Amino acid sequence: MAPANAPNPIPVSAKINVTLNINGVEQQVAVAPWTTLLDTLRDHLDLTGTKKGCDHGQCGACTVLLDGRRVNSCLTLTVMKNGAKVVTIEGLADADGTLHPVQQAFIDHDAFQCGYCTSGQICSAVGLIAEGKAETADEIRELMSGNICRCAAYPNIVAAIEQAMDKMDVRS
Amino acid sequence: MINFGYARPTDVAEAIRLLAGSPGAKLIAGGTNLVDLMKYNVERPSRLIDITGLPMDKVEETAAGGLRIGALVPNSDLAYHPLIVERYPIVASAILAGASAQLRNMASTGGNLLQRTRCAYFYDTATPCNKRAPGSGCSAIEGLNRMNAILGTSNSCIAVHPSDMCVALIALDATVHVAGPQGARAIPFSEFHRLPGDTPERDTNLDPNEIITAIELPPKGFPGNYTYIKIRDRMSYAFALVSVAAAIELDGDIIVEARLALGGVAHKPWRDTAAEAELSGQKQGHEVFRRAAEVLLRHANGFQHNAFKIELARRCIVRALRQAAAGTPQLQSDKTIQ
Repeated sequence: MAPANAPNPIPVSAKINVTLNINGVEQQVAVAPWTTLLDTLRDHLDLTGTKKGCDHGQCGACTVLLDGRRVNSCLTLTVMKNGAKVVTIEGLADADGTLHPVQQAFIDHDAFQCGYCTSGQICSAVGLIAEGKAETADEIRELMSGNICRCAAYPNIVAAIEQAMDKMDVRS
Repeated sequence: MINFGYARPTDVAEAIRLLAGSPGAKLIAGGTNLVDLMKYNVERPSRLIDITGLPMDKVEETAAGGLRIGALVPNSDLAYHPLIVERYPIVASAILAGASAQLRNMASTGGNLLQRTRCAYFYDTATPCNKRAPGSGCSAIEGLNRMNAILGTSNSCIAVHPSDMCVALIALDATVHVAGPQGARAIPFSEFHRLPGDTPERDTNLDPNEIITAIELPPKGFPGNYTYIKIRDRMSYAFALVSVAAAIELDGDIIVEARLALGGVAHKPWRDTAAEAELSGQKQGHEVFRRAAEVLLRHANGFQHNAFKIELARRCIVRALRQAAAGTPQLQSDKTIQ
């Protein structure tokens, strides 16, 4: 380990070009190696729907879909994801504004209070449904445990996800 | 987070060359632990070598009848892989007991082995920690040590290894395949992680310029009689206070072979063959399970805030052996422990 006062070996200007498909649109960004996907979305692309909660992979507020899989964007380095497909909360609704079934279910079930965790919860639930490993409420709770809700809207979140699963006809 | 350089090799040889040629460089795959530690300035790499483009992402059957798992296979893909579910369900269960769905989607098989401890003092750069800053002292021995070790500790360090998956892998006698400047070698799982001794800065016996390429499972997976029980401070998404992987081969009521490994209790996944020998050839039942627990915990030593782990581990071992013998493994989505 380098001593704490060692000079940074890399100049701040060392940026790398990365191409990402974000919500269906190809985008080029020039980022430093230490820029996270979360900061790229929020600070470089003005997509502020994805939230920064803990910034350490403990709360799930930053959850996005990366090549169809839910991940913590705060622990993802953008330079490592050249060519990837990213879907954020801004990309879930249809072009005509019709909400994704998970978004509609969160409204129907009042599945939030302050709303700060909600975009992460919704992206995580979309990932959960795509994975197809949850059928029961117990399984939904376990596989959604990476998304913390400080307001404790959990019962309504589980009910919303169950409604969306039924609407999308993914439960056997 | 410190500024650093970036490289993306496309084969293992190039990755090793880059690693050996860049002092202070680190490999990155899933990044779930490394990026977090970099944000705390605990890890300060000069350069990250992104190995996610290397061809190490397959799960393949071996000629011996086992499985070879590429180091880049994501934890979630491994947990749900049909051959793991069918032949090695204890590995699937242990993986699903750890982290969150998001982190499991990101984390790699090799990286899971190389997680650093979650000891609070290792993360807090304002405090002494022999693992982070060798020679500075251990703040946990007389500090907040609820999450720390009860077995194999030293006067230098009482940190625990945080992995769940590794507890199942050591129980199954897995092998770690690595490659480095001197070529490839295979390390038995029980010799991969180290006890702290007076060099707690070294978590594993991997050489500095070596890279994990694959994990190999032997044919025997104990798919009928196994369990993985994890006890933690909340019901999901938390590190273990104590976890137990138990696998048994039965002939009627007689234990032909037993495997027993613990997580959350030591600097490495803790397997004790003496405790397993206590079970072997015996009729299964509470008394023999209890004896095995006594043997495994014979040298256990608690600290101010974690002495409870000794009794917790004893009861967990008995419970796990009972579940394994009955063929009723713990379900990770059902929080009731039978």
